[in-house]
Amino acid sequence: MGRKNNQAKEATAPPPVASTSESTTTEPAVPAPEPRSPVQALYCSGAPATSPYPLCTFPVEYCEFGSSITKCKEWLKETNPALFDKYYSQDALQAKIGTMSLEAQSKLEKETAEKEAKADAKADAALKKKLASQITIKRIERNKRKHVTSIHGLEAFGIDLKKASKQFSSKFATGASVTKNPQGQEEIVVQGDVGDEVLEMIENQVGVLKGIPPDNVEMVEDKKKN
Amino acid sequence: MFKKFSTNADVTGHTPIKSSVQRSIRAAVLSQWKIEPETFEVVWPKKEALTHVKCKEHISIYTVHGEPIFFQQFDGPFYPTLRVLHKYPYILPEVRVDRGAIRYLLAGVNMMCPGLTSAGGYLPPDDSPLPSGTPVAIQAEGKEHAVGIGITKMATNEMRKVNKGVGVETITYLGDDLWGLQTL
Repeated sequence: MGRKNNQAKEATAPPPVASTSESTTTEPAVPAPEPRSPVQALYCSGAPATSPYPLCTFPVEYCEFGSSITKCKEWLKETNPALFDKYYSQDALQAKIGTMSLEAQSKLEKETAEKEAKADAKADAALKKKLASQITIKRIERNKRKHVTSIHGLEAFGIDLKKASKQFSSKFATGASVTKNPQGQEEIVVQGDVGDEVLEMIENQVGVLKGIPPDNVEMVEDKKKN
Repeated sequence: MFKKFSTNADVTGHTPIKSSVQRSIRAAVLSQWKIEPETFEVVWPKKEALTHVKCKEHISIYTVHGEPIFFQQFDGPFYPTLRVLHKYPYILPEVRVDRGAIRYLLAGVNMMCPGLTSAGGYLPPDDSPLPSGTPVAIQAEGKEHAVGIGITKMATNEMRKVNKGVGVETITYLGDDLWGLQTL
């Protein structure tokens, strides 16, 4: 806000005293002390957005303590070479060791490398798990002619269950809710027998249901035994 | 405090705050932080309603438009979130830890006195010490931005004297779950 006012003032400034005082009086309540402008920290977004593991997000100077330093470095080199030189040039590396002993420094580096490898392995495992995870669409008989459809396993693909249930309820004009099943996992229960339509929606990637491989969807029928 | 924090499990409710309570919160924050009313106006404009996000362990996070601005535990002092602190680094008094401690701080441990009193560290001079129980910005040796927010466990001149044990308790730090939480 402050900056805008400033610019406006500058534009009207040339005809001197009279008009400036005018402009200050028209300004909102407290014109005198300007708000101090914020310091803008550059946050790292080194790891690519498509990768399954979280970005580094630290201010760039802290990347060295993160778990994705190589990616952070690449990213910074591409987007902001000046800063890259500041933090990773030979001199900078010398200077920042500061009061730490050489031994401690090399130990730190080793540990960082280990951490990175670990994070990579973890990410790989998570990705594999994601690709392998199944979505089950289950038709459950409620009483003779009535059914509910339960959809389980959407959250593995990073889908907000609440939003998805809202989408189902508005699409089918029935109730849809997020409930916990006996195993304590969350699933969406939609009233009515809508399994086929849900499958179709997943295939067409409607709305929030993006990024699900249709091959991972499984249809199950559950009959009451008695 | 926020080492393990998930919106699903730990948040118990969002409530808009009465404007009279908002007024008292604003006054309290202005008296606790070193911030001009005009600058604070940018962080939290008067017209925007504050939302109180109640969490477990008596933590209250206050948000504007879903973005956490500050938080407190019980009726304790208000702490800014790290992102706010990065924008306005002067609102909290600062201490600095040496380079060796950064790694541990990023794992969420409390700051021990030796890390603050060593060559790379910094404590306010003895003639103007911070009493215990002051929220402080934790800076790091050779870094520009704060790495965490903590609360002093003993007065800073005492830290110099004792030079042992926990000096600053870490409240929030880079990479904890509050940091990961950009909107609530």
